Amino acid sequence: MSLIRKTAAELGALIASGEVSAVEVAQAHLDRIAEVDPQINAFLHVAADSALAQARAVDERRAAGEPLGPLAGVPIAHKDVFTTKDMPTTAGSKILEGYRPPYDATVTARLREAGLVILGKTNLDEFAMGSSTENSAYGPTRNPWDLSRIPGGSSGGSSAAVAAYQAPLSTGTDTGGSIRQPAAVTGIVGMKPTYGGSSRYGLIAFASSLDTPGPFARNVLDAALLHEAFSGHDSMDSTSIHEPVPPVVEAARRADVAGLRVGVVKEFGGEGYQPGVLARFREAVDLLESLGAKVVEVSCPSFGYALPAYYLIAPSECSSNLARFDGMRYGLRVGDDGTRSAEEVMALTRAAGFGPEVKRRIMLGTYALSSGYYDAYYGSAQKVRTLIARDFEAAFHQVDVLVSPTTPTTAFPIGERADDPMAMYLADLCTIPANLSGNAAISVPCGLADEDGLPVGLQIMAPVLGDDRCYRVGAAVEKALEDRWGGPLLKEAPSL
Amino acid sequence: MSAITRDEVAHLARLSRLALSEDELDHYATQLDDIIGAVARVSEVATDDIPPSSHALPLTNVYRPDEVRPSLTPQEALAAAPAVEDDRFRVPRILGEEA
Repeated sequence: MSLIRKTAAELGALIASGEVSAVEVAQAHLDRIAEVDPQINAFLHVAADSALAQARAVDERRAAGEPLGPLAGVPIAHKDVFTTKDMPTTAGSKILEGYRPPYDATVTARLREAGLVILGKTNLDEFAMGSSTENSAYGPTRNPWDLSRIPGGSSGGSSAAVAAYQAPLSTGTDTGGSIRQPAAVTGIVGMKPTYGGSSRYGLIAFASSLDTPGPFARNVLDAALLHEAFSGHDSMDSTSIHEPVPPVVEAARRADVAGLRVGVVKEFGGEGYQPGVLARFREAVDLLESLGAKVVEVSCPSFGYALPAYYLIAPSECSSNLARFDGMRYGLRVGDDGTRSAEEVMALTRAAGFGPEVKRRIMLGTYALSSGYYDAYYGSAQKVRTLIARDFEAAFHQVDVLVSPTTPTTAFPIGERADDPMAMYLADLCTIPANLSGNAAISVPCGLADEDGLPVGLQIMAPVLGDDRCYRVGAAVEKALEDRWGGPLLKEAPSL
Repeated sequence: MSAITRDEVAHLARLSRLALSEDELDHYATQLDDIIGAVARVSEVATDDIPPSSHALPLTNVYRPDEVRPSLTPQEALAAAPAVEDDRFRVPRILGEEA
């Protein structure tokens, strides 16, 4: 089997044993990127030279007899919202075109420490705002299953890169579903860790109370290995939690659900959901029951208010966070001809540098925070956040995990929702509650919808710091389904 | 009735430091009105007895010892600046003085 089809765990083992070199593995993936990325547009920057240099360093460490970690020498695609000292960092925005940060994000630094080989930076919706990657200033990424469709967003470059075998692993960030939704629509695994379980230092901020870095992979164990590699307390992030990383790798290896109580969220289904998505979801629930889980229906009455609450809270935080892009210290500056004031230059710079969705959200957030509207909008949304957390708390008294479809539909055509923000926002309907309450949640593939033959994701939500449960249940579902399918779902994807 | 008027959008654009064209203001006024109309539903359940949550986790301020540690050099800090003068960020005039 060619190197690009192998799992991250397999590649790590082959490199550690010396059967293949990290340089060979890196070169195979760089060749794949050169071959297919003109069609996919997953990468904003390919760092071939530095990737090969990092790989060579791993090979030298092995030759010198140093012990290597499980992912040493394994290639990874890195979402272009994490700062990287040796590569441009754009957040998918024109306002940061060509920007080279003076420091590495904590996630970046930990990838390097684990010996992961960073192949390059992946495309995203501008400042991670979107569900399709169409909001990137550098053109949309295409779904490897159907090049006319979106790969999800905002981490769509990262999902597409893994689904197209350009990298076995990638990083993402999940503010309202930006890891789980792209994973679902490209047929791969994507995990949003517990909020504060992975560091936000050097992650270009969108909505600070929600932003969570997490892993993408083609299987559950690989996602767990990457999760473990970059998570854990960071003194540079004041919202980082002081707890050990949950035993995610052990849970992914355990992969059993006997005796586990699984709750089906009653509110997620019915109108607005594609029949093929609901069919695959119901089969996954039946499968869990056949594997020994106890399945019950659980009502979370406030979940229906999560989407409107999110589209007040996230824009409010973004309107404040994005004030830093003022054209004074870094990035684009427009109109500084000696006649204009700093304020005029800022307004021209921001108008030229930000795309439409970012402008919409900045103004929406500014509105929600204005005196006179604050209580009705931002204040009410914060109360809904309390109600969502109470729903989760009540649910987790009855069950160990909650399940739902990850997304209401499969990947939609590029352009279909581009001029209809409310339609676009519906893609995050099922993923947002876990962000508002900080819970752990994963998406694993559960089949193809009959109508269009496109991937469907199963979302598994666990309590705060219950990340291991997501991996345990996800791995059990994966194992049973792959036995049934005779291999991973991705083998059904058209070859590129 | 619309939730937000075009004049309000123009005011928001000024507060947000976004120099928008007349056409853009029209476009965003329609879209923001739709979005605000849809998200206003949150007030249906936000009764007085529910405390607001600003954050998912209970958090308090985090402190570290006030120790001198290595940081960026002026060259590193200024490397991405659009304009630099005498080891400082050069910016357009901030005060509205008559030259």
